[in-house]
Amino acid sequence: MKRRKMDLAEAPKTFAKGVDDRFQAATPLRGLLNKVFPDHWSFLLGEIALFSFIVLLLSGVFLTLFFDPSMKEVPYDGSYLALRGTMMSAAYESSLNLSFEVRGGLFMRQMHHWAALLFMASIIVHMARVFFTGAFRKPREINWVIGVLLFLLGFFAGFTGYSLPDDGLSGTGLRIASAIMLTLPVIGTWLSAAIFGGEFPGELIIGRFYIAHVLLIPGILLALIAAHLGIVFKQKHTQWPGPLRTNENVVGERMFPRYAMKQGGFFMAVFGVIALMAGMFQINPIWLFGPYRAAEVSSASQPDFYVMFMDGLVRLMPNWQIYIPFGDGYSIPPMFWPAVVGLGALFTLPMAYPWLEARKLKDKRSHHLLERPRDNPERVGIGMMSLTFFVVATLSGANDVIADKFHISLNAMTWAGRIGLLILPPLAYYISVRICLGLQQHDRQVLAHGVETGIIKRLPNGQFVEVHQPLGPVDDHGHPIPLEYAGWVVPKKMNRLGALAPAIKGFFYPVEKPAEIPVSPAVGGPVKREEIKSGR
Amino acid sequence: MTSDTPARRRARVFSRRRGAPSRARRRLGAAVRMIAALALAGGVYTAFAPGAFAEDTVQLSAVAQEGKALYDTSCITCHGRDGQGVEGRGPSLIGVGSASVEFQVGTGRMPMTRQEAQAEQKPPQFDDAQTEQLAQYVQELGGGPELPEGPLVEDIKTNPDALARGGELFRVNCTSCHGFGGGGGALSSGKFAPGLHDATAEQLYAAMLTGPQNMPVFGDNQLTPDQKKQIITYIQLQLQQEKDPGGLFNLGRYGPSTEGMAIFLVGITLLVFTSLWIAGKS
Repeated sequence: MKRRKMDLAEAPKTFAKGVDDRFQAATPLRGLLNKVFPDHWSFLLGEIALFSFIVLLLSGVFLTLFFDPSMKEVPYDGSYLALRGTMMSAAYESSLNLSFEVRGGLFMRQMHHWAALLFMASIIVHMARVFFTGAFRKPREINWVIGVLLFLLGFFAGFTGYSLPDDGLSGTGLRIASAIMLTLPVIGTWLSAAIFGGEFPGELIIGRFYIAHVLLIPGILLALIAAHLGIVFKQKHTQWPGPLRTNENVVGERMFPRYAMKQGGFFMAVFGVIALMAGMFQINPIWLFGPYRAAEVSSASQPDFYVMFMDGLVRLMPNWQIYIPFGDGYSIPPMFWPAVVGLGALFTLPMAYPWLEARKLKDKRSHHLLERPRDNPERVGIGMMSLTFFVVATLSGANDVIADKFHISLNAMTWAGRIGLLILPPLAYYISVRICLGLQQHDRQVLAHGVETGIIKRLPNGQFVEVHQPLGPVDDHGHPIPLEYAGWVVPKKMNRLGALAPAIKGFFYPVEKPAEIPVSPAVGGPVKREEIKSGR
Repeated sequence: MTSDTPARRRARVFSRRRGAPSRARRRLGAAVRMIAALALAGGVYTAFAPGAFAEDTVQLSAVAQEGKALYDTSCITCHGRDGQGVEGRGPSLIGVGSASVEFQVGTGRMPMTRQEAQAEQKPPQFDDAQTEQLAQYVQELGGGPELPEGPLVEDIKTNPDALARGGELFRVNCTSCHGFGGGGGALSSGKFAPGLHDATAEQLYAAMLTGPQNMPVFGDNQLTPDQKKQIITYIQLQLQQEKDPGGLFNLGRYGPSTEGMAIFLVGITLLVFTSLWIAGKS
């Protein structure tokens, strides 16, 4: 019997043909794989968030296998001696067991937590990039709004996750959340009672937060992330202006193979950094916090950093309580303003920003080319103002730790935060606008006069002038003809001149040696380079 | 009086004794009894009650006299003569006890550098022997709490519950200022609860017993000596020994504030450099 011939080299081809015969995938796949992505380091910041979300899903699934979201009181009998015999909720007990009994459990827990922090941190950095480069402009406003919503959802995902272990710190956080609900006029008490199933803390909240944390919020997050990426795909990625780049094209690399390989490598790097941090840095040592007891509140009880701005605003708020003599009497506690009104404003204003800016600039065009931050000083000013506000509020959320470790009075820290919150943002606005204008002016100066050569020439009348190397053609008198600003980097050093980028590539060390100057055997020596002269 | 023989005279004397005494004798006897009663009352009084000039005559032990010499050169400016305190400078030391001195001087908080919200810990200015002398002097000035004899840390081999009980007591009584990791925390107006990482068992016990600086006193009716020892056991065997599962670095155990710093300084920084590196490869 003749053995059937199996050609291994043909196998992928026959397999692919088989797939295409059945699903007609070739045409759409070709379009997908050939899709071009512009390449710039700042476009990778959003990917950090995407990849840490994947790590969050993977590590989170592992954690659910061992976590028991129940508030039933049980005595601890695990291997951590310092809590043995203590009564605690089953949720806290299972978190401890996850940390001490499950093989690799503590590592996975720490990975999950660090990935969550990285997710939020990279969202902030990515949003800053999108904002300062004007990438949110038409047609991408909706994607910007989705991005803000993703931050908000990440905020709640983080908070619910922080609450699940039911340790001393998370219980304190829950108490604050319940207090924020109670500040809502009229409905506050009802809302808190509905969520906690009665008086705080009740016996339901961990189970409810568990479902929110493992199903509802990640589900919505996943849907929004899919929409976010789908819209990027549909609208194409923005790109920096530059040679051959216009508002109508995209210059970059095809998705397959280079871009996909880079992304694969970057995923590994993100995964590696999270794993490195999870292995090196202790995070959320729940065993020190003990089981939650309403009477035990530790000093330096803080939420995770992305919630800290709200904690900071609450700490800075003066004690202004408003009494409304109506019916049985209502009151609006001071906490209502930073925690409810403030949080609401801090999320709705950024969402509305793309339309506000377009309205102010009367700009209805679509923009696919990014703007350098210096080209829109007002936007940079507003962005820096918001960032300063966020940073002051966040630092105020940790003001007790800062006060203690830097030997500053806590009262002084509170007042510094109050004054700083009002004074620093406008100052940041002013300074960044001035810096942008200065950078802009310098670019235009170089375009008009040329690059500084470092050559000082003395004229017959004794005057000293600096010689500039014009970037473009010169007129009859040898003066450069002013060039138009194209929105991209203007060379400012002599060795940056020319159409090509510097020959040496590589980030940490040159991976290519600079090309040797060709030696002609006829001349017998290297070609002499012409010295730059004054030109006059 | 011819019949006045010695025998009769004796009989007469005895008969007089048995009869009513003369007026002069009665007065004399009353006076003697009065003096005896006064002497007795006065003697009992002087024996049991400190006299108005007791301080001048109190005999300090040899150790306390050494302590007094140190006191009179280093402490008297603020705490005044004989530890009576100086208004606006330093409190009276009558009754603070040797435990307080051992804590304040032993941790370098006293003598204070300057008047401020709270004395800072610094390298001790007196060695152990001198501290003991000062402590003895203050103890003999007016008594007060003293450190108990014997070990202050429970042996968890014989008493395995001590660690967990100590942890529970620590979280109820201590974390609100010192933090769950014992790293310390801020109080109002520049006051603070210090970190507990370098505190010895004696210092911890003395601090609970005497409530130095802004710390409340945890007297023996609030935390029994056994409970104090359990707390010390938890601090020394759990918090001070850097038993940190889950990492080489515990980030100071300050909770989310240092974790937030780490994610930006380590995580984001590493990844931004990585993205620069990857994007540079085109």
